[in-house]
Amino acid sequence: MAEEKDVILDVQNLKMYFKTAKGFKKQVVKAVDDVSFQVLKGQTLGLVGESGCGKTTTGKCILRINDPTDGHIIYKGRDIARLKKSELRENRRDIQLIFQDPYGSLNPRQNLRTILKDAIVGDHKPHTAEEIRREIDRLLTLVELSPLMADRYPHELSGGQRQRLGIARALACKPTLIVCDEPVSALDVSIQAQIINLFERLKDELGLTYVFIAHDIAVVKHIADVIAVMYLGHIVEMMDAKQIFRNPVHPYTRSLLSAVPTVDYDSERTRERIILQGEVPSPTHAPSGCPFHPRCVYAKDICSKECPALKDIGDKHSVACHFAEQFSSEK
Amino acid sequence: MENKKDYLLEVKHLRTSFFTTNGEVKAVNDVSFHVNRGEVVAIVGESGCGKSVTQMSIMQLVQSPPGKILGGEVIFNGKNLLEYGPNSKEMRSIRGDKIAMIFQEPMTALDPVMTIGDQLVEVIRTHRKVSRKEALVIAEKALDSVGIPDAKARLTNYPFEMSGGMRQRAMIATAVACESELLIADEPTTALDVTTQAQVMELLVDIVHKRGMSLIIVTHNLGVVNRYADRIYVMYAGHVVEQGTTEQILKYPHHPYTEGLLASVPKLEEEVGEKLVPIPGTPPNLTDIPDICPFIPRCRYVCDKCRNSAMPPLEKAGEGGRYLACYVDINTNEVRDNG
Repeated sequence: MAEEKDVILDVQNLKMYFKTAKGFKKQVVKAVDDVSFQVLKGQTLGLVGESGCGKTTTGKCILRINDPTDGHIIYKGRDIARLKKSELRENRRDIQLIFQDPYGSLNPRQNLRTILKDAIVGDHKPHTAEEIRREIDRLLTLVELSPLMADRYPHELSGGQRQRLGIARALACKPTLIVCDEPVSALDVSIQAQIINLFERLKDELGLTYVFIAHDIAVVKHIADVIAVMYLGHIVEMMDAKQIFRNPVHPYTRSLLSAVPTVDYDSERTRERIILQGEVPSPTHAPSGCPFHPRCVYAKDICSKECPALKDIGDKHSVACHFAEQFSSEK
Repeated sequence: MENKKDYLLEVKHLRTSFFTTNGEVKAVNDVSFHVNRGEVVAIVGESGCGKSVTQMSIMQLVQSPPGKILGGEVIFNGKNLLEYGPNSKEMRSIRGDKIAMIFQEPMTALDPVMTIGDQLVEVIRTHRKVSRKEALVIAEKALDSVGIPDAKARLTNYPFEMSGGMRQRAMIATAVACESELLIADEPTTALDVTTQAQVMELLVDIVHKRGMSLIIVTHNLGVVNRYADRIYVMYAGHVVEQGTTEQILKYPHHPYTEGLLASVPKLEEEVGEKLVPIPGTPPNLTDIPDICPFIPRCRYVCDKCRNSAMPPLEKAGEGGRYLACYVDINTNEVRDNG
């Protein structure tokens, strides 16, 4: 286990329930249900899963955009989930968010200079105009944009450039932790690789820590040190990124991996493929027991009755499956 | 050599432009390709490369103005579709019947205020002389064949009552109901989750093979086409830059762009710590572009001949129906000798 002081973010039994109503019938959506994980300083945690699995809600809870129903989010020794609104201010600069669609998060009427300036002066410390100008140049250069672009507006940028601007704005607050929510999904393949490389370079240069949320398991595997696979609000498997392709244990992780199309001609034709039946159940009618059991080919009686806990099976690898030992020894 | 008679669809020198206030956008610039009977062909490229506009031009669904099909031929079953006008009786009877199309976002392609059953019946009765009752039976069979459970009950559902995967299946059902010969799927699985994506792709290809239909998959995802396509056309900035079998393109790419695309994709099998090799720069703006190779600003292999010559034509390169539009041999980094 890693030493306590290296843990920058410690999420314990996080629960986020949303109350909804269909007609007069009240319902509870358990978007995130009892999720725990730790992020070490300088590491990247990848949260991967399909839509509706709770990965974005988890990210939002870390930023306290959502007020968690229950659980603790310990960041630098303080519980974010319990902080008062006034105490959150500091945290908001220290933990930044990067969105999937930077266009939706940029004000179309502000040019790059204004967008970045607002983020820089947000700390309410005195800045001279010269300092701000230099800082804007530095930030733009850092994300490989030309400082000459500072007077442009978001609509004049391409998708990749806009995402770079989104990153520059996040960096303007000098954050320690960045939550990246699907930051490359909207980009073309050739641009996606540029942005992934930029994320990796910035992490090394600035000593950043990422929580990287994405549905593309290949992208997550590339960038993350630790991967948590989520399904219907639960973490079903968590492991070292190196392990995910070599030794996936949970049946959901296995089918997810096998469903991802690859560009390797030979391996695509030889590898085993599991095509899941049915679709992800609605979180308002989450199945009893293991959330995955209705689609799982290995499901037994116990799976519909008891929800398996996330168990450590050694080698920093934990799985939430009743038959984890059996599956992992098969390999 | 493949026989020309096997061509179900042949597109020759198609050119489509959009005339905007900023100038002419050459979205499709001299594109030629063909689809054999029973074949699955993939058109691959990034956004703005003209892959969708090419398909829209085949169906003559390009909004005019600002769009205009400037030239070329679209030969389907031996007849040039471009000779019929976009609103002609002939074209209307082909659209949705002989050639069906599936879009990326099924919710926008389906009518939100009509039940799935009514929508299917409408399409069937437009193209077949059947009663409403008979059409409902055909619709139910079609829904059943695309793996929608309890098809009869689903006929009375509205699109919003269905999940994304279900909606895409319903779209495929319209093609099945009309017994189309050619199905054009424009990014059919991009909006779907990975596990649903695998289900829908399996279904699509299964139906196409069973019914002897031909399929054009338009996508930006090289992984999706790997498993299912027989042949691949790679498009860049309105041009087809490389053509070959799936194996040729993915294992031995010859065009610098194809090679770059493959190197940009994160791979599951790779060891952790491997760097991705992105293509530098961004795709070009297609407004009033000069007639030179559009990939030059991003190309690693660019040479004097590229800069001083017109756009290289798509020419036969090597054995096995492989075509390439590039002056340079990327293996030797020398100007290729085309004789």
